[in-house]
Amino acid sequence: MGQTIWQSMQQKGYSRREFLQFCSAAAVIAGLDKSSVGQVVSAFETQSRPAVVWMHFQECTCCSESFIRASHPTVIDVLFDVISLNYTETLMAASGFQAEKSLSDTIRDNKGKYIVLVEGSVPTAEDGVYCMIGGKSGESILQTVTADAAAVIAWGSCASNGCVQGAKPNPTSATPIHKLVDKPVINVPGCPPIADVMMGVVTHLLVLGQMPELDDIGRPKEFYGRRVHDTCYRRPNYDAGLFVEAWDDENARKGYCLYKMGCRGPVTYNACSVVKWNEGTSYPIQSGHGCIGCSEAGFWDNEPFYQHLPSFPGFGIESTADTIGATVGLVTLAGVAAHAVLTNVRKKSVIEEEHQDDQKE
Amino acid sequence: MSTPVIGAAAAKPVANELPADYKRIYVWEFPVRLFHWVTALSIAMLCVTGFLIGHPLHAFYAAEAYQQYWFGWMRFVHFASAFVLVAVSLVRLYWAFRGNQYASWRNFIPLTGAQWKSIWELITVEVLQIKKYGRYHVGHNAMAAFSYFILFLAFLFQTVTGLALYSNMSDARLTHVFNWVVPLMGGDANVRFWHHAVLWIFVLFIIVHVYLVFYDDYVEGGGEMSAMVSGWKFKRDKRED
Repeated sequence: MGQTIWQSMQQKGYSRREFLQFCSAAAVIAGLDKSSVGQVVSAFETQSRPAVVWMHFQECTCCSESFIRASHPTVIDVLFDVISLNYTETLMAASGFQAEKSLSDTIRDNKGKYIVLVEGSVPTAEDGVYCMIGGKSGESILQTVTADAAAVIAWGSCASNGCVQGAKPNPTSATPIHKLVDKPVINVPGCPPIADVMMGVVTHLLVLGQMPELDDIGRPKEFYGRRVHDTCYRRPNYDAGLFVEAWDDENARKGYCLYKMGCRGPVTYNACSVVKWNEGTSYPIQSGHGCIGCSEAGFWDNEPFYQHLPSFPGFGIESTADTIGATVGLVTLAGVAAHAVLTNVRKKSVIEEEHQDDQKE
Repeated sequence: MSTPVIGAAAAKPVANELPADYKRIYVWEFPVRLFHWVTALSIAMLCVTGFLIGHPLHAFYAAEAYQQYWFGWMRFVHFASAFVLVAVSLVRLYWAFRGNQYASWRNFIPLTGAQWKSIWELITVEVLQIKKYGRYHVGHNAMAAFSYFILFLAFLFQTVTGLALYSNMSDARLTHVFNWVVPLMGGDANVRFWHHAVLWIFVLFIIVHVYLVFYDDYVEGGGEMSAMVSGWKFKRDKRED
């Protein structure tokens, strides 16, 4: 446990050159510039391998699936060597009491120094009965694990904002981690988050030993500071007013903006259009499908996905704000017309009296 | 000849006595009139561009992206009109404390029993027309004024949500004052939705407002329409206030 990262790498047979390459890659991923590489090298020469526990609650494991597909194999290989991943339900070899012991040992031996990664939301309804692990409720496990943690990262939309199980009516009271834990939490939303973004956040913690700069809702600014729309390669079509009108029209073939097809790029903060997915291959909009805003809170409730504005709450799925507005507008027009007729009937005598007064005087 | 000239004799007394019957009252001061027309223009621009931003035209597909920028201009006009509206609203807000009795903020919020009574009277006399005669109002009547207050709240909502949406594409300090709005309302998508829905309040307001101006001028004959240009309204001397 007391080994530094450099020592453990030496032990595994990495050369000094490979170590420096790794440090450069880690610096890039953490969003640091070239001059900071020295800082990274000295950090990795002096810091011991941080212990990490990866908790799974209400989730689908897509965050883990995404994480193991990070596009910098050297970094992920080394990171898995570098960090001491002591507990994770889906990847560890241990099971049963052995696994539980590993978790409690890690917490005891690394008090105040270990990092907790949480995947999934925690159901609080019915005393947490909807997510029980080893006979304990998700919430009680979360409280035990995070009590002495150095840092908490909430992986994915489940842990950050509740995602699909938190969608209305949220029957299990799925609750995001930052609402249950009494310490700063780094939210890394997305369903799943981009592998390289996850990598970047972990690397930032390891390299600099501090939280990355967070925005108002706890997301790292370096990855969630801009909207998908702002960096989208189809943005010039938006500004020019060139939109796809149907999935199979000429405009779709030309790669125009998907705004009218319900693309959530303009309301979604993520790095998809910059970092992209699967080793920088593509991202939804590049593949011809609008963004569904999977890293935004409550995105499941903003249905339908293929419509620019969601339907109006309480009026059924077909009612947009515009259909209701137009209906009320027409009713108002009819009311006004009726009132005009009424005026000429009821007020006729009043108006005539006044005119006669004027004539008389 | 003893035969009187018919037209001349009949017209004469009317022409002489009419001006004495009406009192000319200066009601809308210059800042109020300026506010009214600048607001009218910017609301019209905001409604049209706002609606087009929500529902872009199915047009202009002949040219390539580098040849045109119409959607960008549309948004620019929307943002520019919004800032004009904010500025002129601040002037009006100041004038609500500084201007004459008709411009005072007291007209707009029904806090007194007299105001509520007046609203009830307006409902019976002007809306339902159950009763024939009501009071003549020189300035805003209590119900109209209250509707402007509600419209002001809608302004406020649109300003706050609009600037909150704008803040993420701007470096201006002013807009970042509204950064708290988006997390509070649960994300950009919700803010955008409500910002769009409230647009319809303005459309409804315009329908009713324009109709009632016609109505008032027709029934009461106080010069309601020209008053918002000149500032002067007319009141018959014999009418009780």
